[in-house]
Amino acid sequence: MLVYILRRILYTVPIAMGVSLVCFALIHIAPGDPLSAIIPEGASPDTVAQIRVAYGFDRPLPVQYLKWLAHVAQGDFGLSIMTQRPVLAEVAPALVNTLTLAAAAVLFGFVLGCLLGVASGYLAGRPTDKVVTAASITGVSIPHYWLGMVLMVIFAVNLNLLPATGMGEGGSGTFGLGWDSLQYLVLPALTLSVIPAGIIARSVRGTIAEVRKQDFMQTLHAKGLPGRRIFVHVVKNALPSVLAVMGLQLAQLLGGSILVETVFSWPGTGFLLNNAIFTRDLPVLQGTILVLAMFFVLINLAVDVLQTVVDPRIKRA
Amino acid sequence: MPQTSIALAGADAPAKGRRPATRSFWRNVLRRLLRDPVTMTCFTILLLIVLAAIFAPYVAPHDPYRTSMARRLIAPGDARYWLGTDELGRDLLSRLIYGGRLSLFMGFAPVLMATAIGGALGVIAGYVGGAMNMLIMRVIDVFYAFPSVLLAVAISGVLGAGIGNTIFSLTLVFIPPVARVAESVATQMRMQDFVEAARATGAANWRIVLAHVVPNVTGPILSYASSLISVSIVLAAGLSFLGLGITPPEPEWGLMLNTLRQSIYVAPLNAVLPGVMIFITSMCFNLMSDGLHSAMDVKQ
Repeated sequence: MLVYILRRILYTVPIAMGVSLVCFALIHIAPGDPLSAIIPEGASPDTVAQIRVAYGFDRPLPVQYLKWLAHVAQGDFGLSIMTQRPVLAEVAPALVNTLTLAAAAVLFGFVLGCLLGVASGYLAGRPTDKVVTAASITGVSIPHYWLGMVLMVIFAVNLNLLPATGMGEGGSGTFGLGWDSLQYLVLPALTLSVIPAGIIARSVRGTIAEVRKQDFMQTLHAKGLPGRRIFVHVVKNALPSVLAVMGLQLAQLLGGSILVETVFSWPGTGFLLNNAIFTRDLPVLQGTILVLAMFFVLINLAVDVLQTVVDPRIKRA
Repeated sequence: MPQTSIALAGADAPAKGRRPATRSFWRNVLRRLLRDPVTMTCFTILLLIVLAAIFAPYVAPHDPYRTSMARRLIAPGDARYWLGTDELGRDLLSRLIYGGRLSLFMGFAPVLMATAIGGALGVIAGYVGGAMNMLIMRVIDVFYAFPSVLLAVAISGVLGAGIGNTIFSLTLVFIPPVARVAESVATQMRMQDFVEAARATGAANWRIVLAHVVPNVTGPILSYASSLISVSIVLAAGLSFLGLGITPPEPEWGLMLNTLRQSIYVAPLNAVLPGVMIFITSMCFNLMSDGLHSAMDVKQ
């Protein structure tokens, strides 16, 4: 197992390199000169050449990539074109806000998804199962940015129960565990949790139903094991594949939050990314995507390792 | 589930009499689909939306582009403008009908392209194996390492808005999962006895691929690709919603949702209407895809 885990960690290195290469390439597939946003209007060709050399854009691409990678490895993602602050200083607080939102959505979506999935897996074919299946297909199909707008209309505009947008007066700086702060979290987190809740409910249902069909379940019943002890067996058998789905959903949630953050003006990475796109702030765009993608890679790694730990049947060579 | 259909497709594909065998499999699938009430209901709804979009000039009650400052944000239920008007006074019903053209196209085009490209890459990687497999699949892994929404937003954001760029970025998002499905089936096929037999009789590689691998990969890929259509519709509309997809004044559901969002406090009903269309189509495609899954599952 240890060997597998080590190999899996080693395998992450080329993937991470590939991901960084794609992020590096992003700037270069952008139409127009990547420097056009920095160069002042009417600059002389000399100045342009100087800036080009200063940023290293005169070097061959592989050299540029390696130099960029060396900087990135030291936490230097360059300067934001708009604010002239280091990109990392922009991304870090946004990432904290996105993670706050994601954590709330995960808590809600995963718990709801598991409860619904277990209920309908145990009651396969019964009315409860049909209702849950319908609900989970709805959750998977719904455009969540639209759901966010609908929730906003109902709870913020019509009922006036919850704030519509933002993170509160103090922004992320004063965000805490009190209702003053948390009320801002309710609608976006709820919106973001719908897709994972649907997908997890579906996969938990399928896995549970499958496990319950296996032969050893009959043995357990035959030897007179009480229901809740059998349930432990069901959970143990269903856990690895459910974990895999959860990990993937957690990661997709980080990427998917861009739409929800835009709807609710939540100052997270998605909001930052959106602004960076419309101000053509390429360093911020690149930095945000790189950070999020690396997070995604790490989550995948963690899920794989966790799966090996909880499932002794997986003996990966 | 793909595995079961593979098992079936693998079993019913003898070297020479392949044609009647596969035809009867697909005929069975079709028969089951026709009998499934949910699938047929969704199919009917989608057919109506598609027909309305195709014959939009005849169906739409008003010009979808004609603006009027005097008729802005009329509430739905109006005698002349059934579903009301948008922030520029354009008839919402007409724009929703016309909007189906681009929105549905954006749902299909990336999936079709990704299925063709990803399927081909997966089959090559799986059938050739070895270094070729390593090369293709590791590159696929890198793109698979991005969350799908993030990758689509990143590429569209860098390239700029527009139909072509949106299709390009969504295609890139869908290629990796399709290629993975195709690769795993093709790899299994390479080990099968009947492929070995074909090779022993001296069949050329291209012949084996076309006659044995492709027909067996088709089922799992189609079943997977069908589930991508609703994702593609929601994602494409999402990109337009962010201002990264279709550009104004084209009628498209995501873009309409984006521009009407500014009026959400004034005319909430108008503002959420385009989302209803995205929701209905995405839901129908998902239910139909589920129907296809179970119709192809011979265990039942």
